Amino acid sequence: MELLSEKKIKHLYTVADRIRELVIESLLHAGSGHSAGPLGMADIFSSLYFHILTHDPKKPLWDGRDHLILSNGHICPVQYVSLALAGYFPITELLTLRKIDSRLQGHPHRGSLPGVETTSGPLGSGLSQSIGLALGLSLDKKKNRIYCLMSDGEHQEGNTWEAVMFAGKKKLSNLTTIIDRNNIQIDGFTEDVMPLESLRKKYEAFGWNVIDVNGHNIEEFIYAVLEAQSVFEKPTVIIAHTIPGKGVQFMEKNYTWHGKVPNKKEAEEAIHEIRSLGNKISHE
Amino acid sequence: MINENQKLNTKLFSQAPDMAPIRDGFGDALVELGKENERVVALTADLKESTRVDEFAKQFPERFFEVGVAEQNMVTIAAGLAVSGKIPFVTSYAVFSPGRNWEQIRTTVCYNNVNVNIAGHHAGLMTGPDGATHQALEDIAMMRVLPHMTVFVPCDSIEAKKATKAMIHISGGGYIRLARDPSPLITTEETPFIPGKADVLWESKKPKVTIIACGTMVAQSLFAAEELEKEGIGSIVINMHTIKPIDSKTIISYAKKTKCVVTAEEHQIAGGLGSAVAEVLAMNYPVPQEFVGVRDSFGESGKPNELFEKYGLGIKDIKEAVKKVVTRV
Repeated sequence: MELLSEKKIKHLYTVADRIRELVIESLLHAGSGHSAGPLGMADIFSSLYFHILTHDPKKPLWDGRDHLILSNGHICPVQYVSLALAGYFPITELLTLRKIDSRLQGHPHRGSLPGVETTSGPLGSGLSQSIGLALGLSLDKKKNRIYCLMSDGEHQEGNTWEAVMFAGKKKLSNLTTIIDRNNIQIDGFTEDVMPLESLRKKYEAFGWNVIDVNGHNIEEFIYAVLEAQSVFEKPTVIIAHTIPGKGVQFMEKNYTWHGKVPNKKEAEEAIHEIRSLGNKISHE
Repeated sequence: MINENQKLNTKLFSQAPDMAPIRDGFGDALVELGKENERVVALTADLKESTRVDEFAKQFPERFFEVGVAEQNMVTIAAGLAVSGKIPFVTSYAVFSPGRNWEQIRTTVCYNNVNVNIAGHHAGLMTGPDGATHQALEDIAMMRVLPHMTVFVPCDSIEAKKATKAMIHISGGGYIRLARDPSPLITTEETPFIPGKADVLWESKKPKVTIIACGTMVAQSLFAAEELEKEGIGSIVINMHTIKPIDSKTIISYAKKTKCVVTAEEHQIAGGLGSAVAEVLAMNYPVPQEFVGVRDSFGESGKPNELFEKYGLGIKDIKEAVKKVVTRV
């Protein structure tokens, strides 16, 4: 990872806003999908694909690459947009999301799209797959890192905790998990549906290194990943506190936007808000 | 009459046939695979000894992973290992794997299309005294419905070894169904084994019925065929060791020859081998068929032979099915 400059940080925020715009456009064309999660994770995806990950969009299967596994596959529009912006496939293809014969499946499918490492979406299975990859790569004495992105809601799945326990036992330090702690899920707020706190204490009890960050502070997030890379005896979980729907005021913090998409008028309003930096500037 | 070309165990019809647990063949194969191929890894969910993975674990400790009592995590870790280029075998009891972790198998093994091999141990009523909770009678149905999944039900320990060794060369997921107690050795090292190709083990001169069986019911069917022969009813016995992809060609060709079929399996009638055969026949060459299997019920505690008799898997049940089906032609 190269050193972080002021200029780079500014650039990553600009990319994050571009990701948000394209997420809105993709979802509008798709006509179904999830809005809040992808918008809330835009800053983190910008940081990952445009600063943190060792990867080569022209050689998606290069064996020196880091692996990003999206356990909460339902937010895949943010990954697809990031992959397209990074150069894995043409940006115009984003408009095929969720359509027949498209490479952009409603949830990530291995083999369909360059840059998608594995199949995910049914919650609770991404961390176990990431562990398998981490074990396989360590058996081959490879240095690649595995980043597993998870939702907070999927910590209600038993499979998740089986995996957390196993990674703690095996001290998988090539594995970093990033939790999108946005406090919402389909049926409401996580703490009402099924309380998850204290996530920190739970992970610590399972032998993990835990870092809490503001998921919209790119600098803070990148430094947390750097810290994770320097911890050799434990896997690290970064609990990224995010605002669901971040960047679009009428979506922010509103759980009803978890599993629905904007109509044309709402999409125009959302894109205007993102382009005008929240109506702070008059031109777009 | 025994098909000589199959080079079967000559002691099969003796007073004391050679016996071995089907699961032992799996364990032996795993050790050989470990020596032959560095990519082979194995996982278990707190059942190292009874799934016969213990010798592999001893010889290749760095390639063996104990996940604890967590079957969902086990198979999903295996999917990740396969994505990284390894060839994993996951071992547990069939009621738990594929029973408990079916969705993970569907998504992360089959839809992901990776070479993860699942050994379902203690399948069928042969699990005996442990009772119905531990007697998998649904696993063939659960596995054969999945795209990118091959399903093996070997008839004895020697065939289990051959099937296990074949699994690493077959792309996508693989399932092998294994029984616990010793059962007769039907085949020998010389018996041919081709995945996806059924074997005719018994062929009377004037066969009136084709019996298609898998797993422990192959020996039962051969014993039934021998008794039927003495009673003047000739038959064909087919060992359908591969349930998916099923050998349609062999099924159709013998249905044409005998005009009726009996299927026999240590599994629910719904969705198992019999259903797979019926699908082939209905679409290609419909003939009367009788099903020997468990009739929509759970098992219970007891000795395997007692359970086989009580739940309709005895030699006499196969003979009755034969006598019934020939009247329907």
